[in-house]
Parts: sequence; structure tokens; C-alpha cells
Amino acid sequence: MDPECSQLLPALCAVLADPRQPMVDDTCLEKLLDWFKTITEAGSSLLLLQENPCLVELLCHVLKPQDLSSRVLSFSLRLTGVFAAQEDCFQYLQQGELLPRLFGEAGPLGGAAWTAPTVRSGWIQGLRSLAQHPSALHFLADCGAVDTIFSLQGDSSLFVASAAGQLLVHILSLSMRGPAEGPPSLQADDWPPCAQKIVGHIEESLRSTATPQITQALNVLTTTFSHCHDPWTQVLWVQLHPLVAALLQKDPVPAAHSLVDLLLSVARPQALRAQAFAVLLQPLACVLQATAQGPGPSGLLDSTAADSVTADMLLPSKAACVGLLCQTLAHLELLLPLPQRPCPWPQAPLLGAAVTLLQLCRGSGSPASDAGRQLCALLLGCVRVQRAALDFLGTLSQETGPPELVTQVFAVLLEYLRSPDSSPTVLKKAFQATFRWLLSSPRTPGCSDLDSHTLLFLRELLPVLQKRLCSPCWEVRDSGLEFLTQMTRRWGGQAGFRHALLASEVPRLTEQLLRDPESYVRASAVTAMGQLSSQGLCVPPAGPEHPGSQQKSLLGELLHILSTDSEGFPRRAVMQVFTQWLRDSHADVVGDTEQFVAGVLQVAGQDLDWEVRAQGLELALVFLEQMLGPPRSHCPYAVTPPVAAPAGPLTQALQSLCRVRLFEFAFRALFDCDRPVAQKSCDLLLLLRAKTASSSSLQEPRSSPDVASVEAALQRWRAGDQAQPLGDLEPEVVLAVLRSMDLEGLRGALAESSDHVEKSPQSLLQDMLATVGILGENEADCY
Amino acid sequence: MKLYCLSGHPTLPCNVLKFKSTTIMLDCGLDMTSTLNFLPLPLVQSPRLSNLPGWSLKDGSAFLDKELKECSGHVFVDSVPEFCLPETELIDLSTVDVILISNYHCMMALPYITEHTGFTGTVYATEPTVQIGRLLMEELVNFIERVPKAQSASLWKNKDIQRLLPSPLKDAVEVSTWRRCYTMQEVNSALSKIQLVGYSQKIELFGAVQVTPLSSGYALGSSNWIIQSHYEKVSYVSGSSLLTTHPQPMDQASLKNSDVLILTGLTQIPTANPDGMVGEFCSNLALTVRNGGNVLVPCYPSGVIYDLLECLYQYIDSAGLSNIPFYFISPVANSSLEFSQIFAEWLCHNKQTKVYLPEPPFPHAELIQTNKLKHYPSLHGDFSSDFRQPCVVFTGHPSLRFGDVVHFMELWGKSSLNTVIFTEPDFSYLEALAPYQPLAMKCIYCPIDTRLNFIQVSKLLKEVQPLHVVCPEQYTQPPPAQSHRMDLMIDCQPPAMSYRRAEVLALPFKRRYEKIEIMPELADALVPMEIKPGISLATVSAVLHTKDNKHVLQPPPRPAQPSGGKKRKRASEDIPDCKVLKPLLSGSIPVEQFVQTLEKEIL
Repeated sequence: MDPECSQLLPALCAVLADPRQPMVDDTCLEKLLDWFKTITEAGSSLLLLQENPCLVELLCHVLKPQDLSSRVLSFSLRLTGVFAAQEDCFQYLQQGELLPRLFGEAGPLGGAAWTAPTVRSGWIQGLRSLAQHPSALHFLADCGAVDTIFSLQGDSSLFVASAAGQLLVHILSLSMRGPAEGPPSLQADDWPPCAQKIVGHIEESLRSTATPQITQALNVLTTTFSHCHDPWTQVLWVQLHPLVAALLQKDPVPAAHSLVDLLLSVARPQALRAQAFAVLLQPLACVLQATAQGPGPSGLLDSTAADSVTADMLLPSKAACVGLLCQTLAHLELLLPLPQRPCPWPQAPLLGAAVTLLQLCRGSGSPASDAGRQLCALLLGCVRVQRAALDFLGTLSQETGPPELVTQVFAVLLEYLRSPDSSPTVLKKAFQATFRWLLSSPRTPGCSDLDSHTLLFLRELLPVLQKRLCSPCWEVRDSGLEFLTQMTRRWGGQAGFRHALLASEVPRLTEQLLRDPESYVRASAVTAMGQLSSQGLCVPPAGPEHPGSQQKSLLGELLHILSTDSEGFPRRAVMQVFTQWLRDSHADVVGDTEQFVAGVLQVAGQDLDWEVRAQGLELALVFLEQMLGPPRSHCPYAVTPPVAAPAGPLTQALQSLCRVRLFEFAFRALFDCDRPVAQKSCDLLLLLRAKTASSSSLQEPRSSPDVASVEAALQRWRAGDQAQPLGDLEPEVVLAVLRSMDLEGLRGALAESSDHVEKSPQSLLQDMLATVGILGENEADCY
Repeated sequence: MKLYCLSGHPTLPCNVLKFKSTTIMLDCGLDMTSTLNFLPLPLVQSPRLSNLPGWSLKDGSAFLDKELKECSGHVFVDSVPEFCLPETELIDLSTVDVILISNYHCMMALPYITEHTGFTGTVYATEPTVQIGRLLMEELVNFIERVPKAQSASLWKNKDIQRLLPSPLKDAVEVSTWRRCYTMQEVNSALSKIQLVGYSQKIELFGAVQVTPLSSGYALGSSNWIIQSHYEKVSYVSGSSLLTTHPQPMDQASLKNSDVLILTGLTQIPTANPDGMVGEFCSNLALTVRNGGNVLVPCYPSGVIYDLLECLYQYIDSAGLSNIPFYFISPVANSSLEFSQIFAEWLCHNKQTKVYLPEPPFPHAELIQTNKLKHYPSLHGDFSSDFRQPCVVFTGHPSLRFGDVVHFMELWGKSSLNTVIFTEPDFSYLEALAPYQPLAMKCIYCPIDTRLNFIQVSKLLKEVQPLHVVCPEQYTQPPPAQSHRMDLMIDCQPPAMSYRRAEVLALPFKRRYEKIEIMPELADALVPMEIKPGISLATVSAVLHTKDNKHVLQPPPRPAQPSGGKKRKRASEDIPDCKVLKPLLSGSIPVEQFVQTLEKEIL
């Protein structure tokens, strides 16, 4: 606990202990409790109590007979539990007899305060917190708390009753976890007394004729079985199941709902999972059945009997049908990558179902029954199902399928990509699914190029992409470009792909989209062109049809976009492309890297969009690493390159950084009004300082006039006046300035969130005191 | 009440409704798909077309080779194209009292009916319908008359010969009734019989029924019609649209509570969504032009072209097509573009408000101002000197059998750089292209039909809840090519009644009431007697007077005072003015109670 809080704490405890100062806002108490929990989780509770005696005083004080608010009493009980969760602190509190007085017969338990549900709830939660160690178990047994808990199971407050049940479960499993003398016996007769007592109570309740008691017992068992799978729970079940079975034979069955819950929680393993999966598959099985040529199992589910039920569920209304199918697809999509997914996974029928669904939505399916025709009518043109099915189909690409089905997958994807009726969102999903299936398509062994089937598909796909790039709908042009970028990134180096792409109009159309009226499209076109250019797939605008357009280089065009485009997205995209180009040593960049970097940083530094400036720092970092080598690995075992960079190259590198005016750019960014930019700049400068720290060759002109003037200029920049440029800097001056700056401190300040002051515990304590008028500071506000 | 179905084409209907002593023709559509059996009429002599080989029968006899030509395995009639008229024999068309026109596409057979059947009635239509309808007819007459063709083929129509011909000629229906196009004189005469009406205007027909046009949202001035008497209401829904395009939105509310709803003119391409098609149109157009190719759009001079030009207006800059010329070639191009701007009151709200700014409602005005869109009456004249490629040409006729489009098909068909994009849904594009085969040009089919689809119809029917629905038989089953698509048919309860060409339907409801007025003095004399709470009866002695389908109860003429007969006089004097009325019998007889009473009385 920081000293400021320690100082405020006694006053606060006094306020809490004073019945004349009612705490109106109990969320403060909750926050206070949360704060104490974080403190005790991080350190010793005992130490905390010893350093802040006011806390124990508060706990003692609440025991005095007085008219203390039930909230404060409940808070104190819970707080005690939080402290006593640590065994040494438990002992400390025990010494003062504080615990029995708070939780035993002598405490609030017998008094008038007990009538308040918050107090009973606080009592239970306090015990729940402190019941963490064997000493606590003894304490519980000694003070007779377990009997009280039994009775609280039937409390009039549902919260209290439920918490009491959960506390019993907790105590039971704690006592079974047992002391250190080995695993608990599998003979129930040898179980610890506390456990025996609880089990005895459960047995008694199960034999009872009163439904509420039976319900309580069943709930305790359900919670136990669903949270703990230790061997002793098996023993417990063996011991108790005759009683549960007896309940089933009663007419009417008492507490039926709770009984079902219990049985479900007991039947937890494989069988149940398989059953749940079968339920999940039913709607898709129904879809397959609707289009199956002739009877027979769909391959998804064996029992055809279940299908009629689902069909009834699917068909009554469009909303029901669409909702159910979308949910099913979304769940299956989530399930597929999980390790606990059902095995064997019915990949082929699921693929078939996804394809069929997509066909039904387009009206191209061939329903075989009346139910199928009805389903077709419901699903026609349904964008929601199309989107969900395309997502699901994409996810299924992680596994392969029978070749004829995979052919169908590509056919249906092409159908969607071609269809004029595909909505822009559907089209986007279709592009994504297509890419995923292309990724998973088989490769000829020993050859990294696309196989012949995929190339054939590509030849059909490119004309479609070409048309989509001319779509009047900008979303379509945009997703077409994104798809092109993905494909180029993946296969740009492969002959088959290159050949097909260069034979199409796609690169030329992409180039034209750099001048699209929609900024998102321009941004995507920038990214796509950057990618195409990296792979040498750019076609210069040539031929007699374009007499006006000069052979302008792409670099020039992108620089033009960076300095003139009115929207942020294309400019950000340009910066990303440039960073990538620098990283990849793109041909247009390596010619004169310094000029390139200097030009880009100059334009980016003046950009109004903080993401462009941040990306500028990214580019600066790449350049820096190329000059000075990558940052040292943080892993202690990593093989580290020689620590000290050779002085000669270092000087040259720093001179190069000075020439591109990287420092001016970084220092400006350091005082940027947008925090991410400043953070990034701070990191960059710290890296630079670390790189140069070991260099001995650069003499430090610590107090030269240059350093002073730069520092003065930076001071003005920090104050907001960034008009004056730094001018040409010498590496020595830069290093001196860097060393004199408190970059770590700055980084720490930048790392704090803007509301860190409001969220601090100190602020909480101050607020609480202010509400009761102890702190007079805020009074001036109340004019 | 009867419905005489004179056309088998669901979107070009022609039906006659007999309702309460009136005979009302609903629309007058002309089925032009018959022209697909004919060779195109080239504006410029086409060696390819004139050198096509004649067709001969299997036995080698070649007596038809002057009439029939063969092209890529298809046989075409080499003659002036002819149209399939509505049925004229089913009902005496001279008895038709009025013709109600719902939109300009559904009036193309009007001259045939008004000029050749003895028709003496009135035609009702909105002003834009008449004006644009006139343009369509003028264009049609112009297209056909400017390529005079000496030959008129008739041999092949002989029933015995027709049987021997290959499909589709063999299966063509009613070929003997096919007629050549009308003349401009006939058009003018037919149009002179039209009386202009406005939306929601109530028109009395002989005092018997009232007809009212309602906005149908499909085209400028397009309407649905309500035909009602005091107790019956028939709605006639023809080409309607719920999409937001240029016309005023559809008035659905007024269709509620109909006894019968006659439903025609649904979309011809129920599987194509107009939005998707417009996108497809733009994408393919841009792709072709960027590759240096030309785009040909066969179209009508009015309608969807306005929407297409508007889409392109928004699209061309973004697609980098600002330098590409757009040409609109039609004898009525100028009038069509100008008319569209002056019918402000018939436009959707958005476009109406522009007029007050003031701005032209359609952006094609700006395209014309900036020289991006140019229009010409024909490809002769100014066009040939302005013509620049690559370009986009909008021209008619969508059947590709006549009009300037024939020339462009011949000109551009050989290059795979060019594209023809079909947007009008009236003709099968494959059949339209048949006489141009083999064709290197790319063909894109983007039919844009904004009329109601089946989903919209089912919503509409749920909303307006007619007692009975009557529709063409094509709408009561899925299209033959997509027999599993149960969604592509009208689904309502009770099931829709269907009709086909040359069928007479007795509409499934009986008229039960007629409104009668009572003269005030007679009403004064009535003495109602309450027989149940809220229900009073009175006996009436009166004279029923009927004139102009209006019925009036008048007091009976006072019997002439007999001069002598004292007895009588006394008798009449004995009757007090307010006599105690005997209980009146009313309602159904409770049989058992009646029998019991009888037995009791008899005993």
C-alpha cells in the first residue's frame, strides 16, 4: 500500500466505525473490498494488518453493541474473510479471538443485525473467503458454523440460500482435499469428520419428504459433480445414488428440475458430448435429407427419426429456419478448431451440407422432396444464411474432403463470385472462403506451384475478379482488391499464378483503382499495387489506348497519394507499403534509400492523421535496424551478436540517420499530442540509445552550445511550439541530447491510461472521505 | 361477371371485362415476339443477309426458298416482320365501351383494335402513357417503313406447309392472324380516341361503374385500375413496381378490399434482381470500354434507359470513363429525353423536388450538356461524322429485327472486343441473336425488369387481401425450366384462378346488392317498426324508376280520384294516417316452432 493511502486509511476506518456517518454509496465499499483483495493477493495480509492497526481496530469496533449500519457490518465480515484467507493472518486474528467473535455464536449471528440479509450474506462470503486452509476447517468445526450453513440453505433470501449451498460444496471439497498426509481414503467411512457431517446432512435431506430440502441437497450435489471430477466424487455418487434412484420412483417425482440437472452433471463424459453434437448436427442433416436423391442416411446422423422433428422445427417460418441454421453453422465453426471436438469429425457430410445450403440460397439446388422445396423457398436469397454458410465453408477448408466434393465447393464458390445477385457482404465472404480453399488445395509433391486443377480454377476466377474490380459498388471493388492482395502475397512468386495474372487485365485495372473516388478502395488498391510491385507483377500502362498517361513510376504515384490524398486510409496504406518495401529492399527503394526515407519521413511528419505518423516511426525503425542491426533479443539464452557495434560503421550509420532527418522526425513525434505516436517514438529513441550506449568512440560534447540549443528547442516543442526546426544535427549532439533525456520516465508516463488518476485507490479513499465531509477540499465546488 | 382473355402474353395483356352492363377492355398489348421469326431489316444493304441460302424441305422441294432463309441452322421468314394481334374473334370488339391503358408498353396494339374492329368507345390513359406510347409507335412505324421490303411472305403460313417447317416456325401460333405494322395515320387516329386522366380521378361509366387509375410505380404515368360499383370492386393490377426508380411510387392502399384482383405484368425474369443486373451492366460496360471495345445496348427509347443513364452518370467518373462517348440513336431520342424532364408530377418524390430548385429531374440533361451523351434520330446524317470509338450505343429495337441496332450488330459483331448487353427482358436474347450467328462479339444478358416479383406479390396480396385473384396461367406454376422453384409462382388462398389466350372466365363472385335511392317524400312516409333491437322494417309501396343505371324509388302515383264510388271513398277515409301495423314477417323461419304453432292453431 502506498503511503498516501496509508495516511488516509485511519480516517476512513473511523468514518466506517461511526454509526453517525452513514455510508450512502455501497459501491464504494465494494470497490474498497476489491482493492483489499488485490493488495492481499499481491502481498502479506499479516503485514498489512500490522502496518495499519486501524484495520483491526475497525474489525473490533464493529463487534461493540451499537447501531452500526448492516452494510458496514457485512463489509467487515467479508473483509475479515479476505484477510484470514492467509493462514498466518488467520492465526493472528485467532489470537485476538476476533474470528469466533465475528463468526461464532457471540457475533452478529445471535443479534438483531442478523435479520438483515446483507449481514447473513456477508457472514457466508466471509467464511467462503477464509475457508482456504486446514486451520479454517478446524475453526468451522469448532464454532459450529456448518450447522448454521445448513440452516441458511433455506434462507428467505435467494442470494443467501444459494451462497450457503455453494459454501457447503466448497467446504466439502476443501475437507476432502485434506491435510498433507496423502490422498483421502476412498472409503466414505474414513472421510474427515467435516465431510462426513455434510454428506450425512445431504443423505438426510434426500430422505426427507419436504421438497425444498431435497432440492437443496440436489443442488449441492449438482454443483459438486460439475465442478470437481476427483475420484472421491465417484465414491460419493456410489454412496448416494440409491437415494437419488429412490426419488425417481416417487410419484410425483420431487424437485424434478434439480434432479434432471444432477443427472446431466453426473453423465458428463463422452456419451453426453456425442449426444450434444448430434443435436447440433440435426438441422444440417435435415438440409441434406431435403436434397438427397432417394432415401438413406445423410451421413451426418444415423437415425432418420430425429429428422422429422428438426424438419418441423426448421420449416414453419423463415425467421426460425434462418435463425436455427445460422446458429448451427456458427457453433460448428467454433467447434471445428477445438481439441475436444467430436471424433470422428463428419467432414464430408458437413461439406456437403454447406454446399447444399449455398445452392439452396441461390435457387440452384435440386430439392428432392416437398420439405426440400419448402426449404428452398425459405432460404432463397437469404443473405444471413449465405454469409454464415460461406464462413463455415471457409473454416472447413482446414480439413480436406473427397475430391468430388471439393470440386463442388469450388463450383459453388465460383457461382457466388459470378452471380450479379451476390450482395457485397456475401461476395466478401465468398472471396475469403475461396482464398482459404485455394490455400488448402493440394500441391504436387516436390513442386511448390499450384496444381493443375487450381490453375484451371484460377483461369475461371480471374475474369470474375476483373469484372468485380469494375463493379459500381465500392465494397465489391474493395473486397476484390483485398482478395488480389492475399493471392499475390501467397502465390506471387509462382510461375503458374504469375502467368495467369499477367495474361489478365487485373494488374492494369488495379492500377486504375489508385484513382478510385472511394478512399477505402484507393487504400486497398495501394496495398494491392504495393504487393504486385514487390513481386514484379506490375504492368506499366502501355499501348496506344493510354496516350495521355506518362510512364509514371508507382513510387511517384504513391508519394503523390501520400502528400495529396484527402483521406487517411490511402495515406496509411501508402506508409505500410513503403515500410514493407524498405523491409524487402524493393528495387525502387534500394536505388537511393536515404532519399526515399528522407522524402517519406518529411511528408509523413506533416500528416494530420496520427496513424500515418505512427507508421512513419515504423518505417524509421526499419531504417534504423537496417543501419544499426536489429534490437537485442530479450531472451537471456538467445545467441547475442557482439555487444559493441564497431565504431566506424556506427558513426556512418548515425550520420545517415541525421541526413534523412530521422531525429527531427522522432523528436517531433515524441511530443505528439497522440499518445501512441509519442510511445512509439519513445521506444525508438530508447532503442537507439541502447544501441549507441556501448559505443566509446563518439565523444560526448556534454555542454557544447549545440546541445544546449537543441535541448532548448526541444523544451519549446514540448510546450507546444513546434514551429522552429532543429536544423542539421551532428550525431554527437543527438547522442548527448538522448542521454540527457529522461526517456524511461516519459515512457512510464505515457504508459499510464488517461484515467489512471480517477481509478486509483487513493482517489477512491478520498472520494469516500469527501462524501462524509472529512476532506474539506471539495467544499469550494459547492457554490 | 366475365373475363375474356384475348392475349396469352402475361406482360402484354389484353382482356375484356364484362361488369354490370359495361364492356371494358383492360390493356391492349401487342406481342412482338413473332418478329423473331423474321430476318432482320438492315438499314444499309447487308451482303451477308442478302446472300443467305434459301430453305428447302427435306424432300428437296424448294418452293419456299424465296420466303424462308437459313442462317446457322435456323430458318427465318424473309419478309416484312409481322405481329401477333390479340384475339379478335372471341368477342365482338365493336361492343367494347372503353379501353383502359395501364402503361405505354401495353397499348401497342391499340390501332389494330380502334381502327379495324368497329370500336366506337373511348380509351382512357394518363398523359405520359399517351405521349411516350406515341413515341414507341412512331419509332416502330419509322423503323419498319424506312426499309421498304417488296416481298410479303404468305405461303409458309398455310397450315399444311407450316407443319413441315422446323421449330420454332412450326410451333408459332395463329400465324394466319399475324399482321404487318400499322401506319402513322392509323396511330394518329387511334390516339385521337384517347381521353387523358390523372391518378385517382374518378370516371363514371354510364352511371353503372366508376373507374380510377392509380399509380403503379413501373413507368412514367403507369397505372393500375380500380373498377367499382357501389357494392363490388375489381382491381386490375398491370405492370407495377415497388422499387424506387423514377416513377411515382405504387399506390397499394387503394387496392384493398377488392372482390377480384386481376394480376398481370409481373417481372419476366423473376430470378434476376434489378440491382444486381444494373451492377453487372456497369461492370461489363466498363470492362469492355477499358479494353478498347464498343458496347451496344439494344433498348426501347423510354423506360429503363432513363435509369441506366442515371446509373452511368454516377458511375462513369469513378470508372474513369469520362472520355467515352455515349450515343442514343432513335427517331424519337430527342423527344424521349425531353419528355422525361417535363412530366414532373408523374415522377418520384426525389425527382419532383428537383424541379423546384429548379433543376432537371433526370441527370441525363447534364450528360447532354457536357457532351457525354449525344442523341441522333438515325445513324445517317450527323452521327456518322461525330462517331468516335470506343463508345457506347443505345438504340432499338430490342428484338434486333429492325432499327439502327441491326446495323451495329453487323458492324461490331465480328470483333470479340465488342459487347452487346441485353437489358430489355421482352425478347429471348439467344433467339434475338440467332440470325447474326456466327458472332464473335461478347454477349451479356442483364435483363432489368423492375416489375413485381413473386415475393413482392405475396406481400402485396397479404396486404390488400382480395377475395379472389385472377392471373395468367403462367403465374400459377413454376417456370418449366425451374420446376422445383415453388417460390416462382403465385401462392395465395383461395388459389388464384388462371386464364389463357382465348378463354372466357366466369369470375367467381355474384353480385348481391344494388343501390337504390328513395325519394325524400317517400322516405318521410315510411313507418319503421323495430323487430329486433337495432333492426327496423317498413313496408314500401313505390315505383322503381331506372335510368342511366341509377335506380330510384318514387312515391306511387296517387290513384286518380274516382268520381262516384262512395264506398271506396269511405274505405280510404277509414284508414287512419297512422294505423297500427301488423307484425311483419322477416328473417328465416324457425321450422320447429312454426310447425308447433301450426299444430296448435289447427287443433
